Amino acid sequence: MGLIPVLIGVPAVFAVLLSFIRQEKARGVVVYVGAGSVMVLSLAFVASWIQNGSMIEKVYVNTEMVDHLMMVGEAFLMGLIVVLSIKYKRFFAALLSVAQTSLLFYVELTTDLPEAEHMLVDRLALLMCVIVAFVGGFICIYAVGYMKGYHHHHKEFKDRQPFFFSMLFFFLAAMFGLVLSLNLIWMYFFWEITSVISFLLIGYTRTEEAVRNSFTALWMNLLGGLGFAAGIAIMAFTIHSVQMSDLVLWGAPLPVACLCLAGLTKSAQLPFSSWLLGAMVAPTPSSALLHSATMVKAGVYLLIRLAPALNDTIVGLMVSLIGGFTFIAASMMAIAQNDGKKVLAFSTISNLGLIVACAGIGVEETVWGAVLLMIFHSVSKSMLFQSVGATENCLGSRDIEDMHGMLLRLPKLTYIMGIGIAGMYLAPFGMLISKWVALRAFVDSENVLLVIFIAFGSATTMFYWTKWLSKLISQHHARDNVTDVTRRDEYLSMFVHAGCMLLLCLLFPLLSTNLVDPIMLELFGYARPVLSMEVLNTMAIMLVSVGIVPLSMFFVSKAAHKQLVPIYMSGVNEGDDRYFVNSLGEPEHLYLSNWYLRYQFGMRRLMRPSIYFSAAILVVIFCLILGGAV
Amino acid sequence: MQVLSVIGYLILAPLAGGLLDGIDRIISARMQRRKGPPLLQPFYDIGKLFSKEVIAVNNVQMLLNLSYLVFLAIAGSMLFAGKDILMCLFILSTADMFLIMGASSDSSPYANLGAGREMIQMMAYEPLTLIVAVGFYLSSGSFQVSDIIGQQYSSVLFMPGMLLGFMFTAAIKFRKSPFDLSTSHHAHQEMVKGLTTEMSGPTLAIMNIAEYYEMILILGIFCLFFLNGNWWSWPLAIAACAVIFFLETLWDNASARLKWKTLLDSCWVITLLFGGVNLLILMLLK
Amino acid sequence: MAKVSKSPWLLHYDASSCNGCDIEVLDCLTPKYDIERFGIINTGDPFQADILLITGGVNSQTEPVVKQLYSQIPEPKVVVAVGICACTGGVFKECYNIKGGIDTVIPVDVYVPGCAARPEAIIDGVVQAVAILDKKREEYRRQKNAK
Repeated sequence: MGLIPVLIGVPAVFAVLLSFIRQEKARGVVVYVGAGSVMVLSLAFVASWIQNGSMIEKVYVNTEMVDHLMMVGEAFLMGLIVVLSIKYKRFFAALLSVAQTSLLFYVELTTDLPEAEHMLVDRLALLMCVIVAFVGGFICIYAVGYMKGYHHHHKEFKDRQPFFFSMLFFFLAAMFGLVLSLNLIWMYFFWEITSVISFLLIGYTRTEEAVRNSFTALWMNLLGGLGFAAGIAIMAFTIHSVQMSDLVLWGAPLPVACLCLAGLTKSAQLPFSSWLLGAMVAPTPSSALLHSATMVKAGVYLLIRLAPALNDTIVGLMVSLIGGFTFIAASMMAIAQNDGKKVLAFSTISNLGLIVACAGIGVEETVWGAVLLMIFHSVSKSMLFQSVGATENCLGSRDIEDMHGMLLRLPKLTYIMGIGIAGMYLAPFGMLISKWVALRAFVDSENVLLVIFIAFGSATTMFYWTKWLSKLISQHHARDNVTDVTRRDEYLSMFVHAGCMLLLCLLFPLLSTNLVDPIMLELFGYARPVLSMEVLNTMAIMLVSVGIVPLSMFFVSKAAHKQLVPIYMSGVNEGDDRYFVNSLGEPEHLYLSNWYLRYQFGMRRLMRPSIYFSAAILVVIFCLILGGAV
Repeated sequence: MQVLSVIGYLILAPLAGGLLDGIDRIISARMQRRKGPPLLQPFYDIGKLFSKEVIAVNNVQMLLNLSYLVFLAIAGSMLFAGKDILMCLFILSTADMFLIMGASSDSSPYANLGAGREMIQMMAYEPLTLIVAVGFYLSSGSFQVSDIIGQQYSSVLFMPGMLLGFMFTAAIKFRKSPFDLSTSHHAHQEMVKGLTTEMSGPTLAIMNIAEYYEMILILGIFCLFFLNGNWWSWPLAIAACAVIFFLETLWDNASARLKWKTLLDSCWVITLLFGGVNLLILMLLK
Repeated sequence: MAKVSKSPWLLHYDASSCNGCDIEVLDCLTPKYDIERFGIINTGDPFQADILLITGGVNSQTEPVVKQLYSQIPEPKVVVAVGICACTGGVFKECYNIKGGIDTVIPVDVYVPGCAARPEAIIDGVVQAVAILDKKREEYRRQKNAK
């Protein structure tokens, strides 16, 4: 597999290159070329793997040189964090960084680990590579147009685009490394890089809020990193191996729990959710790429890898409880948000919670659901983030209240947003099917609490998406016209995403049998079809009907001759549906607001209890494990 | 057999729904010491609505209402074809979503209010319907309706709590007081006609027919509680449905409309108490 | 009753009534009179109404409202003026703010006199209106077919 270094190296080279290009046009060209080559490379990678017989491959046994380079890299990252922490006087992050890096150096220098393969190529890793390459590549292309508009609107922020694009490409390189690593020390290295890049991108605008939020994100991720390092140390001292596969076979609770802690922080599960909410201050492309589509998936990816070791253990119980609880708590809090990006952030946390819960149960069916949820969530959430970002550039606001009647003002963006939203929760799109499988698996695993979580959680999920969608679809003619300033780069990316979304739904049965079932085979050693062919067929029928029904109804209703009259406002409509006569005989502007139920579901009311509850689960189970109860 | 029952549902459900509505209106009138309308009144209403001029406030409402009708018919067909009940419930909520879209597309104050309340209602009853589906799965070992009705004992023996809970939340689906927040057939309401405010003539008729499909679908789910492999379970199930329908009418006449907060709280508490506890016991048993 | 339309829904609007007639209109819904036995429903919504039932004379504030409500009722439709004020303006006819009866603004099909109009009279008026509604429906259907 000679392509692995190329796959990681090419985006890194582009990253270095981009940090020197100050000229806008040239940067655009380089980003296009970079994104294109990343996508082509990932495809070539998959193709060459298929040509070699589609086998699980483990590679790179002797890597002393690279190991040393990585140590240098880790030291550099630690130095960077320490310097920045001192500069902004936030020492906790520095402390965590120093602690974990020295722990890891100690492990690497004192223990003698046997030679083993460092990287693994299997279907799950390849799937992640393709997601990262394509979703990531298109987000980079989107960013070309978006960042122009962003700096056009926000003159108050310093234009640091070379840095921004360089970080995006570095991130892609690190993600490739992360998903392909078998050796945990290597994975840890890439893990740290993604944490630091996320930290740097959140602080992009360098406002006080951005800096504060970036440090929150940093320390939480570093806490996870510390867990990661601790897990590695325990493994190295006890079984003298730092291979992921050995850990899954060994399955001792403490190291697994430590790694799960890392996974939970990375995927922003409660009680560590606040960093992802704070991360929304970053420019939208980075929110789309890091904080919904790919980086947070790294945590989930780790948990899915560990899933066979989680089945029926106390650690699995912890992970699934926290995931399930996060699913419902975050979806409730999403109801009370009117900021589009905040809703997306909460929904990301909530959906990741569902995936985490699936991984925590750790049986074949749930992991099947988890993998599919991951695929669908990546595409549709990235699309939603992009459309909200583009809308913000057009409307000057990302408040859902301001999106009233957007269908008439920005039709193209609305369609994209609508497809994204429908993909997130409606029957028969992929998310819902996966949720359905998850529900069945939760029942089979006899976990009442999770069944109740998912029952309530899907109701609240439905609520916040429906009210958003109904806001978009309102036939309301606003006073001021809006010009669509979305650039071609942005539309290119969004249209490709939308196309992918629809295609993925159409090809769902194929996706399930040809991709996900073999992944199960690799992870668990056996696989049986989770969904019967009959169900898949019904689904296909459904899907077609969802397309065809409204379309045919469109023609039916168009044929009907109708007379348009003003809406009912107790007979005092001023005539244009925008004003009515108030009790003083003066025209009053009609303003329709969404439901937010702030008092019931507001963050202020729910956040603290949910953090305490989930933290209590974590602490209790860690105490049980440390105390040797299991 | 499957095809027959689906065709039967598609043709007979609006008729049966209309008849039930007529019966309901007569019983309600008698409870209020009135004579009430003729039995076939709902059909007269629908006939009249179709003969009216088509007026609308926008061009999409009709389309969304028609989609609502078609999706409800699909959901019902899945139930009556003996397919997956969970899938049927998911499609049911998709259908409801189209109704909400139809109401919100007006951008009118009353319809919007109704649409918002409808969303709250959905959020209130949805958890229990999922739990009921899980209950069927646990008691019969399958989500397939055909397996559920073929088992040895009626599901209600294993899930009496869920039946009670479902009776409670079904008032939402039947649009009965105290849960008729989003719209109802009664006159003089604080939000006019709620989500149907801007629906007139044929558009409203379509919505009414869809409601009949939904009513039969919900009663069909009630039947599932009672059906088993024996022939005598069928008349029993139908009798039980009649009793349940009567109780809903009684409740409708005996109670006033609630605020959304009480609705949400009470439905969720009932779901947890009846549905959750029943589920827990069922899991321990099986 | 064979010809009479079986499902007339009505919209009740108070143009400037003293509430006397309004009370009587609501009276019709009570068990004693029970207009629902004719299939009549008091909807509150012009979009779903066939009969516009107005009490009180029209003043300058309610004039545009009456017109708008009338425009929002789909064809075929009839208007019933209930009470002497709605018919002619009644005792308020000479007031500076009163325009007169409902027929000064929109065409009225049935006049129900009385102060206040008795429930029996209102029901009788509505039943007459229903007969007119049937005629109008025939006409409407012919027009539609002609098109």
